[in-house]
Amino acid sequence: MILSNFLRTIPVSLEQGLAYALVALGIVITFRVLSFPDLTVDGSFPLGAAVTARLVTLNVDPLLSILAAVLAGFLAGCTTGLLYTRLKINSLLSGILMMTILYSVNLRIMGRSNIQLLTVDTFLTPLENMDMNRFIPMIIFFFIVAFAFKFMTDLYLHTQMGLAMRATGDNEQMIRTLGVNTDNMTVLGLGISNAFVALSGSLVAQDQGFADVGMGIGMIVIGLASIIIGESMVGVRSGKKTVMRLTLAAIVGSIIYKWIIAMGLRAGLAPTDLKMATGVMVIVALGVPALKGSKEGKLHLRGA
Amino acid sequence: MVRLEGIRKIFKKGTVDEKVALNGLDLHIRNGDFITVIGSNGAGKSTMLNIISGTYSPDEGEIHIDGDRVTQLPEHRRAKYLGRIFQDPLMGTAGSMSIEENLAMADLRGRRRGLGWGVNKERRDYYHKILKDLDLGLENRLKDSVSLLSGGQRQSLTLLMATLSMPKLLLLDEHTAALDPKTADLVMGLTQRIVHENNLTTVMVTHNMTQAIKYGNVMIMLHEGRLKFDVEGQAKQALTVEEVVKRFGADLKDEALLC
Repeated sequence: MILSNFLRTIPVSLEQGLAYALVALGIVITFRVLSFPDLTVDGSFPLGAAVTARLVTLNVDPLLSILAAVLAGFLAGCTTGLLYTRLKINSLLSGILMMTILYSVNLRIMGRSNIQLLTVDTFLTPLENMDMNRFIPMIIFFFIVAFAFKFMTDLYLHTQMGLAMRATGDNEQMIRTLGVNTDNMTVLGLGISNAFVALSGSLVAQDQGFADVGMGIGMIVIGLASIIIGESMVGVRSGKKTVMRLTLAAIVGSIIYKWIIAMGLRAGLAPTDLKMATGVMVIVALGVPALKGSKEGKLHLRGA
Repeated sequence: MVRLEGIRKIFKKGTVDEKVALNGLDLHIRNGDFITVIGSNGAGKSTMLNIISGTYSPDEGEIHIDGDRVTQLPEHRRAKYLGRIFQDPLMGTAGSMSIEENLAMADLRGRRRGLGWGVNKERRDYYHKILKDLDLGLENRLKDSVSLLSGGQRQSLTLLMATLSMPKLLLLDEHTAALDPKTADLVMGLTQRIVHENNLTTVMVTHNMTQAIKYGNVMIMLHEGRLKFDVEGQAKQALTVEEVVKRFGADLKDEALLC
């Protein structure tokens, strides 16, 4: 009984975990690479969903509607970056402002608070219609997407520009004296991160069959919980914080997080308490090292 | 080569905390000079370096590098001229990145950064060679994260990074002050070697008077944001700590100077 419960949660956790992995990957770029506490995520996730949902219901090519979502996310992230770098608004506040603005923007894009996609053809429809258990093609698809973006991120962060972006988060003063415009690096990084998040929002909306203006609430906390879990599983400690480990931790963490939640729900956790449970998870993960008096695990962030 | 003219810099202007950091500073740095800078706390030594590097822009005055007026040029656009090392060994390197990645970033000082590989094979061999010359055993740890290195090792790496792309001017901001005496000597010896071998134009701020006299061809003293005293060549070689203290003791309240 317990074992079958345990097994039954695996396919759904894999599917959801891999679909949300891009959110965690985006948060790795902001929180871990750039050391920038970006909260735009709560708005850019539904933004991706809203753009795709609206466009496919207008009979735009599904692939094109996904690309539009990615572009919208990129621009949203860049805007947060510009608030911080050009207008010198505090990093956390820049994200909160953008997240709030996006709520209205998302309602405008959709024209109402949600759009259902079950009766229209999306990019994922061919996979849904395959003659097998729907989990199989979905898990394979999201697996390929998550790892493709992981590898692209790994490659990018080892290019000349990628090194400059990592140094911007690690030691801004130093890389500036080496001739890098760290403001541009911050804007670009936030753009890339939110493009990933919007892509995730777009794909999740198509997977679950609807886009909702509230689907991004708490996304930043979910993403943080995922990367913290992932980092403890993959073994990311100072001195071993390689890019490959950080991005792998995002994917692994996202899956494990969804699995913990699925188990929790089966064990009787009320769905309404999910966000509280996730928040407490993050507080414990961030707080325990502090109570132990260790500096390890403390988030080093800029402009907060 | 580098010329500062009538530089004034006032912090918190118009408040009760107003502080005149530089008050009409003129300085001419010639090609190949190795200038040591002394002065008590608040004399304007660090502000002078920050003005040269573009971290601050002056309220008045002009800065020229190689005849180009750079007074308003932002920090990242002056990078191609300058190499800089700070007192804190953590400031010159990116701790979460590897030794070779740090060197590769310094390699591209002031140049456009594209999507080519950050560290390429040919440069890696070169890094191996120059680290071997450094003789700190770092040549076999190219892929190690810099956060694993000691303060002295990090400062030596910073020195190597600052000189990798041959800056026109090397700025040293009390770069041995945070190290233990033995490591400080080692890093200072390395500095002397690198500056000498490459004939680098250098400005070194120091709290250590012995160091200021021993190294370089020119020594200057700042006091209350102005040039108080400068000495070069033979006269500098003949200088002793006692003599400087006797002449300027009243202006050099800092005890650290007496060591």
